[in-house]
Amino acid sequence: MTSDEAFLLQARDAVLSFGQTPALQGANLSARAGEILAVTGPSGSGKSTLLHCLAGILVPDSGEIWFDGRRIDTQGEPERSTLRRDRFGFVFQFGQLVPELTAEENVALPLLLAKSRRASALAEARSWFGRLGLDGLEGRRSGELSGGQAQRVALARALVSRPTVLFADEPTGSLDSLTGEHVMDLLVASAREEGTTVVLVTHEPRVAAFANREVIVRDGKVTPLFVERLTS
Amino acid sequence: MTVPLALLGLLERESSHGYDLKRDYDTYFGRGKPLPAGQVYSTLGRLARDGKVEVGETGPGSGPDRKRYVITELGVTQVETWLTEPVAGEPHLQTVLFTKVVLAVLLERDPRVYLDIQRAAHMERMRELTELRRTGSTIDTLLADHGVFHLEADLRWMDQTVARLAALTAEVRS
Repeated sequence: MTSDEAFLLQARDAVLSFGQTPALQGANLSARAGEILAVTGPSGSGKSTLLHCLAGILVPDSGEIWFDGRRIDTQGEPERSTLRRDRFGFVFQFGQLVPELTAEENVALPLLLAKSRRASALAEARSWFGRLGLDGLEGRRSGELSGGQAQRVALARALVSRPTVLFADEPTGSLDSLTGEHVMDLLVASAREEGTTVVLVTHEPRVAAFANREVIVRDGKVTPLFVERLTS
Repeated sequence: MTVPLALLGLLERESSHGYDLKRDYDTYFGRGKPLPAGQVYSTLGRLARDGKVEVGETGPGSGPDRKRYVITELGVTQVETWLTEPVAGEPHLQTVLFTKVVLAVLLERDPRVYLDIQRAAHMERMRELTELRRTGSTIDTLLADHGVFHLEADLRWMDQTVARLAALTAEVRS
């Protein structure tokens, strides 16, 4: 099969099992460039596994993953690792900041890993603090940040290298309603400003409503909505 | 039921002519659905009949808009009571959703068709309200919050219903 140029990112009939447990059972998903796509579904439906496959973290047992005209599931781990570092950003439920580093060092990390000079990486990192309402917190370590602050630092770290795709897995899952809304506001505003494509995994309709479009994963498959079938 | 109480509340703030009252109502509560002038005057008439407002000084000229309306003690008490009483939940939408799902099962049609259509409609409205929350005033945001949380309750009910369909089908068709 070849690349479908209408889409930036695609899973085609992705199948993946963990031992005897099927996680994906022929999942199909397509995201256009610049789109904010919510992937919803009940716990254990396979939505996070699908995100990990789309991001090149996991490789499906069968099926294909395409990104920007290239098939990535056939690439080796070093190539996929480079792809993740250079083109993708990640935000997870718990910020997963490096506790030994300051907030600004955490944000600068992707740039430092991409061999940027320390001074310019830190300067670029600092420029995100104002945008995300984090001014004054540059020198704090993760233990000195509230949940909402830590998640905004994680968001800055995900966006600092200006990724083509931002993968967000339950990014507000550990936050209260109002703080989560604030993080989503910033995520959406930043993604729109930068033209970043977002794949947003969430089980919360309120979070999914920040996306342009929603797909539902049920039993390891992306359920074609009946409404789409009826209107197609 | 909220219109008379909203008008009373505005009159508690300050006495007012009907025209000014309508303008204030539309500003605070109208949200794209202005109150018809006729409804303002008929409501004020009923409130006056029930002793909750009285007509104060009348300005020059003629016509109902020259009357100045003043809230009475009874009116103040009613506003106070209303503001401290919880509002009953809105059962109508829930009844409609429930009835359609059960009917679909009874008629051996797939209720997921209806639930998916309803879900898409709910999500579309939720996206509109979410955008309003992101960009609107605090008043708009508060109103949108209310809508979003109610839609969310319906959406959670729909998800749960999909998960319970096998059991529901067995029960309804037994």
